[in-house]
Amino acid sequence: MQTGGTEVAYLKSIQECEIISIEQIAPQIFDMWVKNDVLAAQARPGQFVHIDCGDATDNFLRRPISICDVKSNAVRILFEVKGSGTAALACKKAGDVLDMLGPLGNAFTVLEQYRRPLIIGGGIGIFPLYLLAKQFSEAQVFLGFRCCERVVMEQDFKNVAKELHITTDDGSYGYHGYAVELLERKLAAKEGDIIYACGPLPMLRATKALAEKYNVKCQLSMEQRMGCGIGACLVCTCETTSKGANHYKRVCKNGPVFWSDEVTLNG
Amino acid sequence: MADLRINIAGVELENPVVTASGTFGFGREYGEFFDPGELGAIAVKGLTLNPREGNRSPRIAQTPAGILNSVGLQNPGVENFIKFELPDLKKHSAKIIANMSGNTIEDYCSMADRLSGTEVDMLEMNISCPNVKQGGVAFGTDASTVHKITSEVRKYAKKPLIVKLSPNVTDICEMAKAAEAGGADALSLINTILGMKIDIHTRRPVLANNVGGLSGPAVMPVAVRMVWQVASAVKLPVIGMGGIMSAEDAIEFLLAGASAVAVGTGMFKNPMLPVAVKNGIGEYMDQNNIKKVSELVGAVRVYE
Ligand SMILES: Cc1cc2nc3c(=O)[nH]c(=O)nc-3n(C[C@H](O)[C@H](O)[C@H](O)COP(=O)(O)OP(=O)(O)OC[C@H]3O[C@@H](n4cnc5c(N)ncnc54)[C@H](O)[C@@H]3O)c2cc1C
Ligand SMILES: Cc1cc2nc3c(=O)[nH]c(=O)nc-3n(C[C@H](O)[C@H](O)[C@H](O)COP(=O)(O)O)c2cc1C
Repeated sequence: MQTGGTEVAYLKSIQECEIISIEQIAPQIFDMWVKNDVLAAQARPGQFVHIDCGDATDNFLRRPISICDVKSNAVRILFEVKGSGTAALACKKAGDVLDMLGPLGNAFTVLEQYRRPLIIGGGIGIFPLYLLAKQFSEAQVFLGFRCCERVVMEQDFKNVAKELHITTDDGSYGYHGYAVELLERKLAAKEGDIIYACGPLPMLRATKALAEKYNVKCQLSMEQRMGCGIGACLVCTCETTSKGANHYKRVCKNGPVFWSDEVTLNG
Repeated sequence: MADLRINIAGVELENPVVTASGTFGFGREYGEFFDPGELGAIAVKGLTLNPREGNRSPRIAQTPAGILNSVGLQNPGVENFIKFELPDLKKHSAKIIANMSGNTIEDYCSMADRLSGTEVDMLEMNISCPNVKQGGVAFGTDASTVHKITSEVRKYAKKPLIVKLSPNVTDICEMAKAAEAGGADALSLINTILGMKIDIHTRRPVLANNVGGLSGPAVMPVAVRMVWQVASAVKLPVIGMGGIMSAEDAIEFLLAGASAVAVGTGMFKNPMLPVAVKNGIGEYMDQNNIKKVSELVGAVRVYE
């Protein structure tokens, strides 16, 4: 871009992403690899892409989807079909080109002093946790699903985690109950030095409470309806607290990952 | 090359493309995608006298060809704006429009007074806010209130004063004339149209605030009509906005009588939109042998 005769390199631009593969792996769940050098080079665990799902009439807003995995020049995303945007994405074919912004948001904090993480996820919240689990050799992973047929990425996580625990709400696969119950057992046994969580709000609330009870550091990845996705429009806030005062922070820019003692989880 | 410069109330913009208040923050985020110096002006996030936290989330809902928002004016307050945002904004050639919101006429007067002593180029008064002294009815929905607030704020405003009109009225021309009589230097329109979206599965509104402001392509025909009516009714320059997604859309606003246009919600789909709109207006002018953008302003040939 020219400004006053000098070349200015802007940090960000729209990323054109060619779909390498798209596959349905469970009811309503799609697994997609797209080719893009910038996303692949920059993506860190916990970040997301903001995807233009098509025409401005039905899908005016971009959809935020987590980066699940990365290889040299490609990134992997998994998404569940919920409404019109994800339905439009599910109809795409290899060779189609998607318009994405990213990588956006902060990322999970991975620190040298915490190498024995307890990673807990539920439903679509498990996807960003895969790239995170890959950063560790001693990750213990707890994944909660509604029922057997919705269990996905089991083999992927098995390959990278030291231990993998699958739970289902109805007991049709793995442990019958909630993933947080297994998390608590580990915490009670003094295992793990940090917790990372992404999933439905009740899971995040329970995880935050456990982190406080056992006095373990904990990061939560939050979800909220987004507008611009880059921090300008202030629509995707979550309530945070510091020094007794509550403030709304931007999930897309200050998050999606927050320390559990920072967020109130009140909306 | 087409001459895109345009003069609004004595302030010369390099080009007629402005970013709409509340959609562009203070320019930092979109400033990573394009040089804000490409813009004619930047209308900053709506400021209040004191910092404001805004409403609970969800604050956005998608609707056909648009969105509803209920941010509730989250902003750092006028002093923090002056201290932490304005110096960086002034590094660009784009003119800075300080957008002001308040709940009393005194709020607006204090802000106009304070901001007049800074480097902002223009003041924009958002009168879609609830007037707490009058039961929370928006200032901008009653002509006598519009006249009163404009003439009061006028006394403190040492910079060109833009009054931003609410579309949630029966007769927008009445409001425009009241603002003109009160001493406004320019008008901007439209602000968002009040709307609601209900999730039929949960039977709850999508917005935590229940209702919110509609923007995006859905509102554009209403906005163009209002700009045309207002531009025909008053002598003041008009900044037109509402649903602009392309240079073609922006040219409609110019033809309807807007001297400049603001791009807002459209950036959520295409972050480069303001630059595309600016370039597209230039191309249209070159193709149609139009030398100055002012030749387009109000040039619609309406039927008798
Ligand atoms: C940071 C982040 C990461 C995410 N990562 C993933 C992921 O990896 N895989 C995945 O399947 N889903 C993920 N989600 C949720 C996903 O964004 C929503 O399911 C999706 O936007 C719904 O769009 P739709 O067109 O299917 O639904 P519609 O109901 O048609 O969507 C309407 C509008 O509401 C928004 N919306 C609806 N539900 C949600 C929600 N739960 N969260 C945020 N916005 C919502 C949409 O973005 C859209 O703007 C993530 C959300 C966030 C905030
Ligand atoms: C998220 C959001 C926040 C907004 N905040 C403000 C604001 O603080 N002050 C204001 O005068 N208008 C505000 N507006 C209205 C816009 O400036 C503009 O008038 C309106 O959105 C119509 O233009 P558009 O369809 O191009 O967005 C906001 C709009 C949106 C979408």
